[in-house]
Amino acid sequence: VSDRGRLVVCCVGLAGTAALLAAGVAGLPDFGNYAHRYGEIVSRGSMAERHVANAVAGVTYDYRSLDTLIEEVMFLAAVLGVALLLREHERHAESVDPVRSDGLRLVGLLGAGITFAIGLTTIAYGYLTPGGGFQGGVIVGTSFALVWAAGSFRAFRQVAPERLVQVGEGLGVAAFVLVGLSAVAAGAAPFENLLPLGTPNTLLSGGAVALLNWSAGLAVSAALVTLLGLFVEDVVEPV
Amino acid sequence: VTALQLVTLLLVAAGGTAAVFTRDPARQVAVSGIYGLVLVVLFVVLQAPDVAMAGIAVSSAAFSLVLLSAVVKQRGRSGA
Repeated sequence: VSDRGRLVVCCVGLAGTAALLAAGVAGLPDFGNYAHRYGEIVSRGSMAERHVANAVAGVTYDYRSLDTLIEEVMFLAAVLGVALLLREHERHAESVDPVRSDGLRLVGLLGAGITFAIGLTTIAYGYLTPGGGFQGGVIVGTSFALVWAAGSFRAFRQVAPERLVQVGEGLGVAAFVLVGLSAVAAGAAPFENLLPLGTPNTLLSGGAVALLNWSAGLAVSAALVTLLGLFVEDVVEPV
Repeated sequence: VTALQLVTLLLVAAGGTAAVFTRDPARQVAVSGIYGLVLVVLFVVLQAPDVAMAGIAVSSAAFSLVLLSAVVKQRGRSGA
């Protein structure tokens, strides 16, 4: 096939794809123009039935907690996989510490503290305002990344001892499972929300949603710190 | 589609294209981080704050860090 022939075939294909794409996009409903019963039911039900102000949290930690459990286990499996892959080589005791600028250290560590606080707030109020265990957990993890980036790997390990982080991750996932199973023990369906629902729009609301949200926050924070530790260890001490 | 949504969508298209056409891996990490941030803006514009929060953390921080450590490691290898 000559170059010219290729170009013709390519242009015909591209034009066809573009036409299909344009036709498809033109037929889409406008943004925010949502018409499906599930969304309506959830956004009304999460406040009325569960006292959860953030309907998204109502879905992830109540109506579809089982899906969230599966996601959490997948995340745990992914972290374990990375650990298995990166743990092959021997680790060295000493690491280099390339950050010499005091200004960079100061700004970075201040940023780490602020990020950590934002992460905790995002977890804590996840079922009242946008946010939640996953989002906040990743923000908490990022604050530890700043400790490494602006400080040193040793500083990172001091604020996040490996064993403590692993225990945190295990506790987070275990707490999530236990909340789900305790409903079964009480004779209900797994993850059925049996706890007192509390006052709407306060921290004491949502019953089991709060517990599941916080345990997911712990699990995700710890998983992210574990991942970060593994990657950084691999970078700081090359094979 | 409002003007704001249109502008943000165009920015997303530009960001994605820029990330693809950046050849140097270390620069590409930075550009894809910015692309992630533009996506976050799109989510906010489309009124999906929960997704935006996850996006801030994952696409502009965690993802970049993982990529960056891979780039650093690769450099260490080719330098040695």
